[in-house]
This record gives sequence, C-alpha cells and structure tokens, in this order.
Amino acid sequence: MNFYPIFKKELRSYFTSLIAYVILAVFLVLAGYYFYTDLALFVLWGGASVQEGLWQYLFHDIRLILLFTIPLLTMRLFSEEKKLGTIELLFTYPFRDIEILLGKYLACLTVFSIMLGFTVLYPILLAIVYQVELGPLVASYLGMFLLGSAFISCGIMVSSLTENQIVAALVTSGIIITFWFIDWNEAAVSPSVAVVLHHLSFFEHFYNFVRGVIDTKDIIYFILFNFFFLFLTLRSLESRRWRGLR
Amino acid sequence: MIEVENLTKFYGEIRGIEDVSFSIGKGEITGFLGPNGSGKTTTMRILTCFFPPTSGRAKVAGYDVIKNPIEVRRRIGYMPETVPLYPDMKVTTYLTFVAEAKRMGKRERKKKIGEIMEQCGILKVSQRLVGNLSKGYRQRVGLAQALINDPEVLILDEPTIGLDPKQVVEIRQFIKNLAGERTIILSTHVLSEASMTCDRVIIIHEGKIAAVDTPENLTDKLQKTSKTLVQIEGIQQEIKDKLKTIKGVINVLEKGEASPGVFSYEVESDKEKEISGELSYMVYSNKWKLVEMRAIKLSLENIFIELTKEERT
Repeated sequence: MNFYPIFKKELRSYFTSLIAYVILAVFLVLAGYYFYTDLALFVLWGGASVQEGLWQYLFHDIRLILLFTIPLLTMRLFSEEKKLGTIELLFTYPFRDIEILLGKYLACLTVFSIMLGFTVLYPILLAIVYQVELGPLVASYLGMFLLGSAFISCGIMVSSLTENQIVAALVTSGIIITFWFIDWNEAAVSPSVAVVLHHLSFFEHFYNFVRGVIDTKDIIYFILFNFFFLFLTLRSLESRRWRGLR
Repeated sequence: MIEVENLTKFYGEIRGIEDVSFSIGKGEITGFLGPNGSGKTTTMRILTCFFPPTSGRAKVAGYDVIKNPIEVRRRIGYMPETVPLYPDMKVTTYLTFVAEAKRMGKRERKKKIGEIMEQCGILKVSQRLVGNLSKGYRQRVGLAQALINDPEVLILDEPTIGLDPKQVVEIRQFIKNLAGERTIILSTHVLSEASMTCDRVIIIHEGKIAAVDTPENLTDKLQKTSKTLVQIEGIQQEIKDKLKTIKGVINVLEKGEASPGVFSYEVESDKEKEISGELSYMVYSNKWKLVEMRAIKLSLENIFIELTKEERT
C-alpha cells in the first residue's frame, strides 16, 4: 500500500491552508463552552451522577459541532482536485485508486483525532478536583472516534461526486442529519420498518457508547458504515473509466 | 516503445476515438495533430492509464495499459493541457510529493529534484508557491514533474499553448533536447510546431487517424502548387496581367485593395519553380512599389480539407 505520499500531502495541505487551524479553533471554543456549561449544570443542580451524566451531556453536545465541522474538513478532499484538474495527474501517477482514497481518508481522520485529542484536557482538569472514572470515558471517546470516522467516510464519498466544495459540505451534512434522525418517524411508519430504521440510526448506536457501554454490534455498525461509504467512493472514482473526466 | 491497436473510446454515446492504430519507436518525437475535440487528449489519457479504452489494445514500454497500469505509469511522464498544479504548495514541496508518488527512493529523490529544477530553469522560484508563478514557470514546473522519474516515455498535451512567443521557442527547444533518450508524444493544433519539433506526425480528425507521415512528406504530398501573397502599389489590372506572364505561374487571384492604391494578389505557381526573383525584377522594371511578398504555408485547416477530400474520392 503506497498511500503515505498522499497522506502526507493532504495533512500538509490542511495545516498550510489554515483550514485545520480555523476548524480546530471553532471546535475547541464550542467544546470548551459546552464542557463549562455542562459542568456548571451538574455543580449547581446535581441530579444524575457526574461519572455518566456529565460525559453523556458533553459528548452529545460535541457531536453537534461535528455535524458541521467534519463536512468542512472533508469537502475539499476530492472536489478541490477536480476543480483544479490535479486529479488528472494524480490518476496517472503509480497509485491504485484505493491508495489515493486511503491516503485522504486517513489524513482527515488524523486531523479529526487531533481535534478530539485536545478535549482530553477536560477530564484531566476535572480529575484534579474530582474523582473521574476511566471506563465510561474510554467508551465515550471510542464512540466519538467511530462517529467521526463515519462522518468522514460519508463526506469523502460526497466530495468525490462534485467539484463544488460548498455542495459537497451541504450534501454531507444532509446525509449525516438523515442518518441521525432516521428513526424519528417511528409513529408514521409500520412497526417492522421502524425497527430497521432504528438500527440504521446513528443515535441508537452512539448512545450506548456515551452511556459507557461498548457493544460489538455498535462497533460493527460504524465499521460497516465506513466500509460502505468508502466502497461507494471507490466506485465513484472508477466511474471516470466509462464516463470521462467528470 | 508504444503500440496501439484498434483503440476505441466511447463516453456513453459520444465517440472519443475510433479504431486508432499506430506504433512509435524508441527515441522518436511524434506529434498528434488535430483540431480541438479530435481525440488527441483521449488517446493520451488512455496511454497514461487515466482511463482504459472501450476496446482495442495499447502497450507502453512493453506493458499493457489495461493489465499493468501501475507499471505503465511508472515509466511515463505526463503533462496535461492545463498543467494542473497545487497552488498552495512550494515548488520544491510539490516536486518532492511527485517524486514520492512516483516511488523514488529518498536519496535518489533529493539528487534528482535539484537536477531537474536546474534543467527546467526553476531553481530561482523553488521556494515560491506554485499559485504565484507565471504561466511560463508553471509550464516548466509541469515539465519538471513529468521528467522527475526519468521516464522512458514523455507525453505532453499542448505543451506550448498560452505561452508568449519567446517562451514557445524555449519550450520547443527544451523538448527537442530531451529527444534521443526518450520517446516523446506531444499534441498540438499548430502545424508549424509539429513540423519544427516532430520526426513524425499523426493527424487525428474526428476520432480517427487521417494521416501518419513525416511533416515534410505531408506538406509535399498535400501541397501540389506553391502560393505566394504579394501586395503591390500600381494599376490593378495591369499588375494582374503582367504577373500571369511570369514563368511557372499558374493562376493569379485578385484579393482586393489592401490600402488605397495597393492591391493584393495570390499567385499560384509550379512547386518546382522559384518565382520571387522574376517577380521582384518585374516590380522594379515597371516602377511599381512592392509592399509585401510572402509564401502562403499550408494551414492545418487546409490539410484537413485536403485529407477529407482525398477520402471521398
């Protein structure tokens, strides 16, 4: 697998074009604000335990930030290359399509991991004044990482379909929101359909992680979600074989 | 070095190229000549393994483009028509990425990048962002990325388009100097460019090969008579009649009045006969004024008209 040159190029591109810094800054300001308010809520009103309750609140809030920041990270991955025409050269270098895809996917995943990595500061800070249990936190971070990777694979797929970055970002958000709320119409559909939709929904699977439960079925869901969208992306890249350039 | 057999490419219903066959030997410079949309770029994209043909076979450097695309790609250098580059990368960073992409070793990479920047004359812009370079420098960076892995086959799509005349001459000379070690294919829609740089010309028209020959043979074959354009100040009818009496002149066409008192004529004459001497003497002895005299070269458009004419008969 010769994806390292692409990985390096994409990572450098994120950090030389300021995108990564801007997104990181917005993400951390919002995440920090959520941590502060969620913590204040528990301190003032108590109620649910900090061990489960606080992290549940915090990660549910952080996922909202990801809803619009991840599409901004993924939108340029293929769209920009299409717009610039550089994709023509890229496809004539000795790469296989899957190597190009993996390089880009892993670069984006790395930027996301850096974003998430900074938030580890919050439990560390809290641990100074209060006892923090590790278990639920690990589960929450695993869930967060898997959720982010699912957003990224979806974003890459959309980015490979258009040369317009704004379209790519918007459509990605649209798809993510659909998968998020797909089981909200339980009342309107027949029970059997509702069950299927329930299992397809992000929320159902993500909820277990932030409650501190690591279930293989949820892990498999997110991994399959990644595979599915990366597979679609490969198909979309291969479409140049019969369609021409764009 | 390059063998192409019955290559056909359809984009859905639209034909890119149809039944194209040719072969190119090692060290040759071959020009693809054709108007826009004739299938030059399509052929190049198949040879560079950007996409596979709909049917037919193509072999580059001994490897099949469908079965062994990675091996083919390792042995070619390609410069697309628009020279797409990443604007936010420095020239050296970009070339390092390309060298890595072409799977060159670390030590080889360092040495080669320095060499290639010197060869392409981009050393002094090596630390600048690609996005801030002028068109001429971008073209050189494009050539550098194609050449960096010492490819056996170099494929250049319209390498001189959009450059100013001085740069055009430089790039052409540069390409000529590369020949010998490398097999080069370049596409162009300028006939004179093909005849200046190429050993052989493949004319593509509407997705099919219209002719394959050396540029000289092609012009000779198609140009049965030579044509000269003259502008003379004098009396219109008198000039025409006298021009007709020059030995070797077949026909004289009036081309109207260029400026007050100055008339243009297209003089068609025998290819073997040189008429300029006699013509200028005639101007002198009649006390006319010669404003302009030049040979009319066969243009690409005329070649296509001629070639398609021959096909019909």
